[in-house]
Amino acid sequence: MAPDTDIQQLEASALEGLDAASDIAALEEWRVAYLGRKGRLTGLLRGLASLSIEERRTVGRAANELKDRLEEAHEARRHAVEEARVEQVIVGERRDVTLPGPPLPRGRLHPITQTMRDIVASLSGMGFQVAEGPEIEWDRYNFEALRIPQDHPARDMWDTLWIDYEKDGRRPMLMRTHTSPNQIRVMEQREPPIRIIVPGKCYRFEATDATHEWMLTQVEGLAVDEGISLTDLKGTLAEFARQMFGRDRKVGFRCDYFPFVEPGMECRIDCFHCRGDGCRTCHQSGWIEILGAGMVHPEILANAGYDPERYTGFAFGMGVERIAMLRYGVDDIRHFYSNDLRFLRQF
Amino acid sequence: MRVPLRWLSEYVDLVLEPEELARRLTTAGVEVGEIITAGDWQNIVVGEVVKLDKHPNADRLTLPTVDIGGGERRQVVCGAPNIAVGQKIAYAAVGARLLDGHSGDAMVLRKAKIRGVESQGMVCSEKELGLGEAHEGILVLSPEAPVGAPLSEVLGDTVFDFDLTPNRPDLFSIIGIAREVAALTGQKVRDPSIQYEEKGPAVKGRAKVTVADPDLCPRYVGALIEGLKIGPSPDWMQERLTAAGLRPINNIVDITNYVMLEMGQPLHAFDYDRLAEHHIIVRRAEAGEKMELIDGSKHTFTNEMLLITDADRSVAVAGVMGGFDSEVTEDTTAVLLEAANFNGPNIRRTSNALKVRTDASTRFEKGLSQHLPPVAAARAIKLMVDHAGGKAATGVLDKNPGKAKEGRVTVTMERIVRVLGIELSTKRIREILTALGFGARWMPPDRFVVRVPYWRTDVSIADDVIEEIARIEGYDQLPTSQLRGQIPELVPQPRRDLRERVRDALVDAGMQEIITYSLTDLESLRKVLPKEELAAAPPLRVSNPLSRQWEYARTTLRHALLDTLASNLRGDQSLISLFEMARVYLPREDDLPNEVEMAFGVVSGREPDRWGRPTGEPANFYAAKSRLDHVFAALRITADYREATASAYLPGRTAEVFVGGVRVGLIGEVHPRVVESFDIGREVAMFEVDLDALLPHVSEIVHFQPVSAYPAVEEDLAIVVAKDVAAGRALELIRASKLVASASVFDVYSGDPIAAGKKSLAFAISYQAEGKTLSDADVAKERRRIVERLQRELGAELRA
Repeated sequence: MAPDTDIQQLEASALEGLDAASDIAALEEWRVAYLGRKGRLTGLLRGLASLSIEERRTVGRAANELKDRLEEAHEARRHAVEEARVEQVIVGERRDVTLPGPPLPRGRLHPITQTMRDIVASLSGMGFQVAEGPEIEWDRYNFEALRIPQDHPARDMWDTLWIDYEKDGRRPMLMRTHTSPNQIRVMEQREPPIRIIVPGKCYRFEATDATHEWMLTQVEGLAVDEGISLTDLKGTLAEFARQMFGRDRKVGFRCDYFPFVEPGMECRIDCFHCRGDGCRTCHQSGWIEILGAGMVHPEILANAGYDPERYTGFAFGMGVERIAMLRYGVDDIRHFYSNDLRFLRQF
Repeated sequence: MRVPLRWLSEYVDLVLEPEELARRLTTAGVEVGEIITAGDWQNIVVGEVVKLDKHPNADRLTLPTVDIGGGERRQVVCGAPNIAVGQKIAYAAVGARLLDGHSGDAMVLRKAKIRGVESQGMVCSEKELGLGEAHEGILVLSPEAPVGAPLSEVLGDTVFDFDLTPNRPDLFSIIGIAREVAALTGQKVRDPSIQYEEKGPAVKGRAKVTVADPDLCPRYVGALIEGLKIGPSPDWMQERLTAAGLRPINNIVDITNYVMLEMGQPLHAFDYDRLAEHHIIVRRAEAGEKMELIDGSKHTFTNEMLLITDADRSVAVAGVMGGFDSEVTEDTTAVLLEAANFNGPNIRRTSNALKVRTDASTRFEKGLSQHLPPVAAARAIKLMVDHAGGKAATGVLDKNPGKAKEGRVTVTMERIVRVLGIELSTKRIREILTALGFGARWMPPDRFVVRVPYWRTDVSIADDVIEEIARIEGYDQLPTSQLRGQIPELVPQPRRDLRERVRDALVDAGMQEIITYSLTDLESLRKVLPKEELAAAPPLRVSNPLSRQWEYARTTLRHALLDTLASNLRGDQSLISLFEMARVYLPREDDLPNEVEMAFGVVSGREPDRWGRPTGEPANFYAAKSRLDHVFAALRITADYREATASAYLPGRTAEVFVGGVRVGLIGEVHPRVVESFDIGREVAMFEVDLDALLPHVSEIVHFQPVSAYPAVEEDLAIVVAKDVAAGRALELIRASKLVASASVFDVYSGDPIAAGKKSLAFAISYQAEGKTLSDADVAKERRRIVERLQRELGAELRA
């Protein structure tokens, strides 16, 4: 058989086979059959050994040209097959994009944790560091060191759950009613400058209703240094309130009394529901109380061993539940600790 | 404290609308909790008398025509002599509710003909409107009153209900509020009159006061008023008391109450003739002493309680309540009036111990001024002389007068700037202080010497005075600034950092955070803790729990998670996975409890299928473990699980969790009996981790390990072991090999063809060397060693 004829026959059968290959696997099979190491084209080239040099050159060239053509045809065919495959997917195997993916578990933080983190983040940005303290406290830290001695009428401001433990005829141990005792603990251990926040649970002997819980979460702030004044307190609280409730909030201050500060104040924001006109959220006042604050009483600084002529400071404290209720529009504080998943999963 | 504005206006002109006044007071620290509008007049409006005709049939009656606004006029019949054209009057239409002018009973105005002429409504007197006793003539309104306006708008009384702070006992009085109003609105206070004539003989010798315990009674003023006629107090007084929330009783009691509300000084009137030897003795009670009080309650006293007694018996609990036997009665003709000052904390202690809180005790406990008793006594004597026919004895008995000095405080300008952050003019400072009743003497170059008025017992240091300046100036008037200066050195918070990382990891693992109460009841603890543990270390108990449900400081959270799970079951099998981060309170001898940071989790229900339906396997031990291991992975630590038993957990499906050789927690399926006791009705897996125990084993720092440049050889290995051999033990033995880069279990099987009592464990092992490519021979040699070790240690056979 003449080599030329062989080449023509090989080409014809190869192209026919290529047309028949309709998927990637068949194409690969074809490629191995014709162009592979043990394929028919290689076999044909091996057969050249018996030819003269002249013939070898001619046939060799023709065979190499054929190889190029087959490779090109293979490439074109492969491309067409792939295109057809994609077309098949596009046309016949659509995804219903409205169907859900398989579910992944979704966990959420409790809304009080979320609010607490926002509060801590805001104040951390102003240089306040977290300092935590015990939830079951001595009367000394919770009251006496804060200028609320035994039988002081201000004790009515913090109705107390007492621990059943007596010493020297008195009950010195209690569920802390506020996070303020940790102010004292920190001042006992550190020297100014001090800039701390105390987050944590507190407890009150208080009947529960839509706005009162016996367990509550507070954040207390304390800054002591040379040159701290009431205007700094106002600036710090105003910035905090705007970070938490929106930059366009108006912030107001009124005089209030806490035994451990002098002067004392309450910080309010203009009602974001009615913008100050008066509505149910703000009890028609146009203002919403968000926290209590004041300049640290000089006696407390002196008791901590600081010179009250040299150092001044401010303190503030807020209820996290109240902040969360305002931010999320929750109308009943009892939702938070009833832990109904239909409530918790909204946050 | 309820303050009717009409009463208040007797001492200070009210130049602001009530709402604005309330706002200013509140901003200055005198919080108006509620504004109550009194005078519920319907169908009564302001009218103007435009014409006055004679009544055809009666000389003493007239027929005024009243313009009632809106172009309407009404002709009424009127008997008042003072009516005149041009007056603004209160016109009541038919249907209005009034008080009968004679009997004072409530009535509804009906259509009526009077002496043959129809009256289209009525022109009202004060008495008919319930405003006072006057019925001789009609009430003439201010000429400015707008015709047609509802009378309630023109005349209705407004009551401020104050939420006062305990540092200001002076504000528990109308005059105290008047002083604040005056300072805030630039008005002057009109003090009530305390002038009276002493018509009786000297009190000295006819009555006697002995203060045996002056530490508890720094001052005692006793005054004698005789010739009294007990009867109702004047109407205006009754109205004011009623408006302020007190019930009128008789003129003497009403006067003592009236002066208490007016001046803030509680008073007590003893029946002079019923006081043995006319002798008042103020002394501590003898332990066990008893008395019946005015309200009929009977009490036994301790020797820390202060009593008022006469020569024979006790007549009052000092500062709290009078005794039954010495009460003023209808037959009383003379009283010994007490105006005293008592030790605040002592009164508070007594009142709390007896559970008797009165208007008197709530004032005394806040610490009243020692200068107040003689002033208030004089005021009450004057009222008794004027309104109860009393004759005041000459002089009063005053024990321990003049002991308390007026306060003086030096306030430097430097301190004002230091505290407030700004400078205020000396003029403005003096203005504010003077308006509040302080004396302010400027001592050049830089300070004020401030005289504190006697009623301001709360002001004793410079910063107190500075607050006065700031609150009247208004905090909102002060500028704002930001903190400057050095930011304190960072104090690490590893405990908090760990807690927050664990919290995030649990959320990451698909768990929902809950927060439950820190207090619980014994019954809940008993369900989940062993009896012996509860008996050996009983939890801390609250001595005054709000409810038995919240009586004990919890030492575990198991019950809380199970309770919350139970309350969230909705009758399907949906997967619920909850966690809580909280402290438990472990009691310590004579010290605060150890508050341990814990993380608790529960998982229950079936895993969701591709469509999210709970059709998968019920969550079991492994569901809990994958979540807990997720946390450990986030912390980059490895935990060992060792089978164990624990209360509330199911034996055989429970493990202790160890990290770095230390037990840090528990994990397991909850015992079916416990599940049952919480009404859960399906399997529950739970875990608990002691974060304080875990803390030393957690490092923030990651140490980089070079990635091996040589390829790993992956192989599977299957062995057969006795059923009770833990896969973890086999893994440990496999991982002990130096060439094993990693190994994990991928199949556990028992049943045919594995012999009974045995199981097959399959492991995927990755071999890798640090410095070379492993040959087949290297791997085979290592594998043989591993198999030998497994045979030796576990009796394992290679699975064919």
